[in-house]
Amino acid sequence: MSRLVVASIGPASSVQDGGRHGAQRYGLTVSGAMDQLALAAANTLVGNEPFAAAVEIGPFGATFAARDGAVRVAISGAPRPADIAGRPVAMDSSVTLKDGETLTLGFARGGAFTYLAIEGAIKGEPVFGSLAVNARAGLGSPYPRPLQAGDEFSVDAASATPELRIELPKPVSGPIRVVLGPQDDEFDDANKALFLDSEWKVSATSDRMGYRLEGPAIKHLHGHNIVSDGTVNGSIQVPGNGAPIVLMMDRGTSGGYPKIATVITADVGRLAQTSAGTAFRFRAVTIAEAQDEARKFQQLIRSLPDRLRSSDTVELNIEALSDANVAGYAVSAMDAGTWQVAAEP
Amino acid sequence: MAAKLPPPRLLPSGDSAVTVEFRRTIDDAANERVLALDKALAASPIAGISETIPTYRSLLVHYDPGKIGFEALGEKILAIACRPLPPASKTRRWRIPVAYGGEHGIDLEDVAKALNTTPDDIVARHVGGDYRVAMIGFTPGWSYLSGLDKSLHMSRRQSPRLLTPAGTISIGGIQAGIQCLAAPSGWHLLGRTPVRTYQLHRNPTFLTEPGDRVTFFAIDHKTFEEQDRAAEAGEIIAERVDP
Repeated sequence: MSRLVVASIGPASSVQDGGRHGAQRYGLTVSGAMDQLALAAANTLVGNEPFAAAVEIGPFGATFAARDGAVRVAISGAPRPADIAGRPVAMDSSVTLKDGETLTLGFARGGAFTYLAIEGAIKGEPVFGSLAVNARAGLGSPYPRPLQAGDEFSVDAASATPELRIELPKPVSGPIRVVLGPQDDEFDDANKALFLDSEWKVSATSDRMGYRLEGPAIKHLHGHNIVSDGTVNGSIQVPGNGAPIVLMMDRGTSGGYPKIATVITADVGRLAQTSAGTAFRFRAVTIAEAQDEARKFQQLIRSLPDRLRSSDTVELNIEALSDANVAGYAVSAMDAGTWQVAAEP
Repeated sequence: MAAKLPPPRLLPSGDSAVTVEFRRTIDDAANERVLALDKALAASPIAGISETIPTYRSLLVHYDPGKIGFEALGEKILAIACRPLPPASKTRRWRIPVAYGGEHGIDLEDVAKALNTTPDDIVARHVGGDYRVAMIGFTPGWSYLSGLDKSLHMSRRQSPRLLTPAGTISIGGIQAGIQCLAAPSGWHLLGRTPVRTYQLHRNPTFLTEPGDRVTFFAIDHKTFEEQDRAAEAGEIIAERVDP
């Protein structure tokens, strides 16, 4: 067995996977990767199941060192500079760390979460079928807490698989799509319009539990207390102060504030990757359109193995990117809108 | 043919869940319909449903839109929900020990003062209640109870506490609660129970189910310490009374 040692890592970094489903009726938080597509892409690059456990790395940098053998890994999600001893490592590609080598990841440039998948996946003891960290409930494996320097993973020795990159669909920007409800009737038309027509920013106090939004105050028709009912990833609840909170993966399973709308499944990861201070808007879609997008998103996840390419062709890809820039597309790592991924058009 | 019941409202919660709402308020009859629908869906599953979450007045149904659409699922749910359904279960009862007041129930004296009575009287009214687990949510094992004595209804604290102890027994508004893990809370803390409603690696991991009946009885703080150690070692402690 080789080891992958966390030599340094910032806050908001933890082991995450597809989430802990099936016990929400007992109050068990789902958790799981904030950007499920990026998790699936990183895992696919190293031959893992799409929702296997991987390292979710928050906005700050991290370094990982291979010990007692080579370790094959892949990175996807929020773009950031990455290198092994000065040799650049591309996002959305796999790379093998030789015994003793260190992979250095810089700060996220746009977005928040980058996923480091390890060939053979992270091993641990699942609880309710998941290794995902839920620090509040003390769940997660091999470490039931955020990662810290010195933590390590026992991993399979690297295979001789040639390195790969993955071609994700052209990134889309545009409004975050929502389906109104379940309690949109707790708001009058003027306040629903205010919610849909305003520009919002993700507050710096946001975390895996919820993204607090900065913008106009949304007023309720009948006050802000409703009888607690169930929540989902992407539920947008409006507490007494009128500042909406989008519930994310570490949400409580129930809540007592009216929920004006719900972010569609295909856009939850895109919202998760909207960094603090970035302005965005919402757009209401019909449930039929949202379910269409959800099915396309599922299809995109299923298609990931077909999107693998040999790393040898990566230079062509860089040329294509450069052409796109020349042609006027803003393909800049500094612009969150240009790397965010969504279902194919 | 039995009379049809008024249909619940189907409220979309995004593209992969629907809230089946029977009432907007807390109501035991609505909660019974929630639990009966939950049981009916477990007994004859509709393809595409992945998970159901009963709450006071609604059932949240998670489903896979790749397998079933909102309209088709809604029709199937309504067909079941409008039939008179058998009650969810023969109701079992948990008798839960509570160490009231002092360090374990730091709000007991203030609650008594606010209601112009003595701490002993508050304990008597709390112990005298016949409660029902209406839902479990927020954090693992947090059991929301209906059945709080009307004389104990009082609004929640102005500012919630950022951390309240594991096992806290509290009241808030018209509800009573059994809290398992340490968590933030704006409720009034009356005491603590050694009972873990959720404990990993214990069988059962989760003690309470929506629909269960609950009564409390007072224990002294020394008994609490002993039972807390036993509970930590995996004992259930709560007394189960089957019908």
